[in-house]
Amino acid sequence: MKLSQYLLALLCPIILLSSCKKDADETTPDSKSSFTLEFEHQVNGSALNLNTTTYKNAKGEDFKINVFKYYVSNVKLSKADGTNYLIPESYFLIDESKPATKLITVSDVPTGDYTKIEYTIGVDYARNFAGAQTGALDPVNGMFWTWNSGYIFVKLEGTSPQSTAANQSLTFHIGGVVDPNNTIRTYSTEINTANPLRIRTDSKPDMHFIVNAASLFTGTTDVSFATLNFTMGGANSVVIANNYAKGLFRLDHIHN
Amino acid sequence: MVRQIVVFAVLMLSIALMYACSKNEDKINPDEKPVTFSIPSNFPAPAYHFEQNKISNAGFALGKKLFYDARLSADKSVSCGSCHQQFAAFANLDHKVSHGVKNCQGKRNAPPLFNLAWQKAFFWDGGVKNIETSPLNAITDACEMGTDIQTIITFLKSTAPYPEMFKQAFGTNEISSQLLLKSLTQFTGVLVSGNSKYDQVIRKEAGVSFTAEEQSGYMLFKKKCSSCHAEPFFTDFSYRNNGLDLVSSDEGRSHITGVLADFGTFRIPSLRNIEYTGPYMHDGRFYSLDEVLEHYNSGIKAAENLDPSLKNGIQLNGTDKAQIKAFLKTLTDNEFIKNKLYSES
Repeated sequence: MKLSQYLLALLCPIILLSSCKKDADETTPDSKSSFTLEFEHQVNGSALNLNTTTYKNAKGEDFKINVFKYYVSNVKLSKADGTNYLIPESYFLIDESKPATKLITVSDVPTGDYTKIEYTIGVDYARNFAGAQTGALDPVNGMFWTWNSGYIFVKLEGTSPQSTAANQSLTFHIGGVVDPNNTIRTYSTEINTANPLRIRTDSKPDMHFIVNAASLFTGTTDVSFATLNFTMGGANSVVIANNYAKGLFRLDHIHN
Repeated sequence: MVRQIVVFAVLMLSIALMYACSKNEDKINPDEKPVTFSIPSNFPAPAYHFEQNKISNAGFALGKKLFYDARLSADKSVSCGSCHQQFAAFANLDHKVSHGVKNCQGKRNAPPLFNLAWQKAFFWDGGVKNIETSPLNAITDACEMGTDIQTIITFLKSTAPYPEMFKQAFGTNEISSQLLLKSLTQFTGVLVSGNSKYDQVIRKEAGVSFTAEEQSGYMLFKKKCSSCHAEPFFTDFSYRNNGLDLVSSDEGRSHITGVLADFGTFRIPSLRNIEYTGPYMHDGRFYSLDEVLEHYNSGIKAAENLDPSLKNGIQLNGTDKAQIKAFLKTLTDNEFIKNKLYSES
């Protein structure tokens, strides 16, 4: 009898405290929640299938894709009032061969209505030279150049009958952060204010992006695989980066 | 009753002893001197900050073991220490170019390893910008260790005593590329060479002075060599074409920058411990300091991007050469070369 009374006394303030907390979550401006970034890979409107499907580039040349992976980093959300939130330590490696990487949950984001998203295609300058990293930036992921340190921002490998390289291969490893061959590019898009990214404690929206792998080969310069089928940094990587800066990502819709 | 007390006491004593034993095993050697990164008083502040990679004896010991472990390479024949030998100030004695797995001959001379914490770019072409990521180049190069980081991590996870050593060094059961690279840096970053006769003279240490010949050599050196081989590291860390060939067969720095003006340029090497780091130049073409000095005296080729300071060569007569050589030998740091702390044990 005595024991249960003590227990009750102990429980009361806990129940009171936790109910208070619940109220605060819904009303104070510093409540936090999460949302997801979903990347759907396509090639000019068709689903991307590694190794099997034949696609055409802007020059009408056939090609297949064996590897498609890229970094998205420094994700920043902005509100209509101009305030913004940079997601700390946001470095994501999206890899077509690993479906789980195409759906990213971002947690601890202040709730609110966001009307713009912005991120780096690749990895910022400082982190390219910052020493041994973990997670998405771990060199085991095969996206780090060991002989000329820095990350491969976008990697596309495949084949094309037009390629003059051995085994008709295509090797596009885009990276490099030093002028004149800096390939850091930024993607940003406004979000329709009628349907902004509504982050609430009780609603975790999903942003659905279409990612067009064929954008590497058109946009600013139409690439022929007969003349450009291999690049690992340098001037040709800049050509590709200028292309995909225009068309790699498109925000398709938001599920609020 | 008495017997019971005695049995109980013995039991307690043995438990206490066991506890003491296990306690001792936690620390490999409690009397061991802590490994430190020490900055000679004539050196500036380092570029690498060990605050982000706290040195411990366990971390250093792990880095050293990894450095000397040939099992990390593709055919288990080559360790870091194979091409970076302590008696050669961690360069590769008598090898023009590095000798990797499957008897593969690399294309460049293995540079010595010391004072790396002051260096902002690594390798002859400066392609790597952080000491921590430098080993990745040698690990993955088909002509050096010929492997990849994932293979090494898998090996370490299943090979005693590595899991235990990682735990001691970093307090975690995890073995990752980051911890591997940080422990290697605890070893290579601690390799400081700053106690040559030259250093002692510069620091005005008691009882140390240059001979007349060394002093004359130092004066000549300052006049003729130090614009590139700047004190106290005896390099200004720049990339220059020193006229070895009219057209270099190795693209050098331009491989990294993509800039034509950098074609055939290489990082100015330090001259510390030069007595032991031969053969010389990026391709190890000169076996002796005499050949090197004669190159600057009479062998400069008018490459298109030859460094302007070498346009007319560096005139050196026999006496000059002897004096400069005498000075260069004062850059030998025997304490560094013979320090047992850095040796394979």
